[in-house]
Amino acid sequence: MRKRTLGFVALGAAASIFLSACGGDSGSGDSASGAAFDQGSTEIVNASETTGGTLRYAISSDFDSTDPGDTYYAFSWNFSRYYARTLLAFAPAPGQESTELVTDLAAGMPEPNDDFTEWTVKIQEGLKYEDGSAITAQDIKYAIARSNYNGGELPNGPRYFESHLDQEPFNVYETDDPLAAFTAVETPDDHTLVFHLKESFSEFPYVLTQPQTAPVPVDADRGALYKENVLSSGPYKFDGSYEPGVKLDLVRNENWDGATDPIRTALPDEITVEIGVDQDEIDQRLVNGEIDVDLSGNGVGPTMKSQLITDEAAQANLDNPYSGALRYVNIHTPVIEDVACRQAIMYAADRDSLHRAWGGDSGGDIATNLLPPTLDGSDPESDLYPSEDNKGDLEAAQAKLEECGEDDGFSTNIAVRDGRPNDIATAEALQEALKRVNIEAEIQTFPAEDFFAQYAGSQDYVRENDIGLSVSGWGPDWATGYGFAYKITAGDAIQETGNYNTAELDDPEVNELWEEALRTEAPDERANLYEQIDTLVMEQAAILPVVFDRSMFYRSDELTNVYYSAAYMMYDFMALGVDRG
Amino acid sequence: MPPPLTEMLNYILRRLGAGLLLLAVVTAVTFWIFFVLPKWAGVTPRGMAALYVGKAPTPEALDATVERLGLDQPVVVQFFNFVKDLIFGTEYVFGRETVECAAPCLGYSFTTNSPVLEQLLSRLPVTVSLALGAAVIWLIGGVAVGVLSAVRKGSLFDRLAMGTALVGVSLPIYFTGLLALAFVVHSWKLLPVPRYVPLAEDPGAWFTAMILPWITLAFLHAAQYARQTRAGMLEVLGEDYIRTARAKGLSERKVIFKHALRPALTPILTIFGLDVGLVLGGAVLTEKVFSLKGIGAYAIDAIIGKDLPVVLGVTLLGAVFIVICNLVVDLLYPLVDPRVRIAA
Repeated sequence: MRKRTLGFVALGAAASIFLSACGGDSGSGDSASGAAFDQGSTEIVNASETTGGTLRYAISSDFDSTDPGDTYYAFSWNFSRYYARTLLAFAPAPGQESTELVTDLAAGMPEPNDDFTEWTVKIQEGLKYEDGSAITAQDIKYAIARSNYNGGELPNGPRYFESHLDQEPFNVYETDDPLAAFTAVETPDDHTLVFHLKESFSEFPYVLTQPQTAPVPVDADRGALYKENVLSSGPYKFDGSYEPGVKLDLVRNENWDGATDPIRTALPDEITVEIGVDQDEIDQRLVNGEIDVDLSGNGVGPTMKSQLITDEAAQANLDNPYSGALRYVNIHTPVIEDVACRQAIMYAADRDSLHRAWGGDSGGDIATNLLPPTLDGSDPESDLYPSEDNKGDLEAAQAKLEECGEDDGFSTNIAVRDGRPNDIATAEALQEALKRVNIEAEIQTFPAEDFFAQYAGSQDYVRENDIGLSVSGWGPDWATGYGFAYKITAGDAIQETGNYNTAELDDPEVNELWEEALRTEAPDERANLYEQIDTLVMEQAAILPVVFDRSMFYRSDELTNVYYSAAYMMYDFMALGVDRG
Repeated sequence: MPPPLTEMLNYILRRLGAGLLLLAVVTAVTFWIFFVLPKWAGVTPRGMAALYVGKAPTPEALDATVERLGLDQPVVVQFFNFVKDLIFGTEYVFGRETVECAAPCLGYSFTTNSPVLEQLLSRLPVTVSLALGAAVIWLIGGVAVGVLSAVRKGSLFDRLAMGTALVGVSLPIYFTGLLALAFVVHSWKLLPVPRYVPLAEDPGAWFTAMILPWITLAFLHAAQYARQTRAGMLEVLGEDYIRTARAKGLSERKVIFKHALRPALTPILTIFGLDVGLVLGGAVLTEKVFSLKGIGAYAIDAIIGKDLPVVLGVTLLGAVFIVICNLVVDLLYPLVDPRVRIAA
């Protein structure tokens, strides 16, 4: 009996190894929806009005917060719309159309004054929370106040309101009457908000799409604990409490009125999120139909990607859109001070090998400018540092080295995040390319979690440790030149630590163009200014563009209404449904 | 003859006292690693605060976080506050709400703002389910295989069993676990995707969710136990008293199980106590591979996120388990091997 058991074990082990060696089957046949490769990037795939069922998400990490006022992750902004309606929203449409603004809670688009320093928005009447109480303009005003003026209680979200509103610093949690103290936003009645800004900000409506404009009544606010159970204004509400690192379940909110909501289909009956699942396991479950969506919105991991791109049967289930992000190398201006030396690096870089380091064509397109091709003002054809076959122009690089008095080259360090194979491969490719002109760059790896807080984004650390280069990536807060590039190129955005203008570019001409853009009404004129900024940043050689990143999404056959939203750089979660039939 | 009750109590109290001292040392060392090492590397309080304030924080947000988390206070003060809160409890203010954290208060997570003790307790059933289920399998399986191998030394079974044991010891969980998931769950669909269900809620679902993690974790440990048991048994079987027992005409079963196995089990019991304590403190890899939300998964997330209160909570809980398991094992020695007596 025992011998037989052992025999089975041996047989099982042998079979495992054999099957393992042969490689697994992705389990997907032809796409049941009849879709084609990358169709979801530009069209709605598997359109359906079928309601019901449970839409199952999984993610390897966790939300930064489920509190709409305290989150900055793209997937969290996308997902929070299930339970948090915002003043404005992005259009529920595939591809580039999704970057256009539409109303959500608002009754119409915001009206600016002549110089864009005052914006008035009216909200719809008859809107309700999950408990049946009315949503008012005061609740939205308070939500904005608590998200930006909270004394560090809610630290995760962006600070656009704090930066632009004409408001003295205060803390909602140390004020008896926070609504009265928050003078930068007026509420003349229950359905009107008037925003007073410090200076012109023509792109202010984009800020009103952020989850921080989701209403929160003063009495419902529990500070950092509010995320345990957010009071819903959307089609779903929390089923029990959010359990950090474990799960979040949503069920229908019976007090949501679909007639007031232009962006949510609310097809599934329930939504589940399993948190803390290993990425490879998520990918496997996705392909097997055991979950429906990877919540992170980053696409499949490298292991599954390498399987899928060679699996003919899986092609119809794949989408390969631009992620909206630029992968690049910062050239730290305080460390490599002479612009000619920085330009030498730009000329010497072998963009072809950098592209291959990032995974070749499926990983993205070679980038020679700053703004991703999906943004107005981008000119992907522009290339200030051209070379044959993108292999680098060594003669031009040497000439630049001589111009900055470093004829024999120089040495510096490249900072790179540990555990990020593409970043490390990028650093290695750059290191090899720079060697050709005697620029010795030593690669130093740092923990990814502390990279900006303590190393590449710390001014002191960079100077003391001669960090001349660092491998990085950036995606837009919203799909315009400002939403993408301000924080990585504007002098005002430089921080002592946690610095994302990591190159520390503080160029007066660039800064002036940013200010001008914020005063400019016409989008095409702003796009023109963004293009000029792009060119100036390239001339200053503060950022070495590597690739315009592409994601690889696996689209389940059971998922309905699937399309890529350029606004969130992933599938539009609000449109999704399931059809298990 | 069993030791007198007072003697036994005295022994237990002394061991618990030593355990408390160990917990204090573990806490102090964890504090030191968390705060002093980064300072040596030149990290400022603002640099530490930047870990907990999301993307592109303002200097004001950083300062507020430094103050809120007490990162600018001397390590000694922070350590004292932690111990004080642990013993006496404290209050936390969130927004306009004051929340009581009763003793033993392990504080709130820096990253999720959830109470550490509550999180640990909610995850404990997962880890206990994993640890105890796997421990039963590895103990019974490992000892049984070890005994049979010793009795049938040199046989085909012995060679196969020891060969498999060598493989088991050599293969890490993240290999065997992923292999098991890939084939048993995803390819052959013999078991559903492991999703923990409380035992009281649905025993069947609990069992089917845990069986694969149990076997995977047990495979690693059972191999070690089989080899250890075999070695111990072979040593004991060569003793004079075994020969005497056989000469007296005792059945082979009695010789093996009553006279040979019991003394061979003493070292097994020692490592069993340590192993169970360690696994209860968090089977990090097993929980991560099978996406089980237990103490181990909580620990690894906290370490990556530099979440000191959680790291301290998990470390303390792990140390408590080690202390308790070792104490239980020590108390069990006399039952397993009558030659062992507890010394007062």
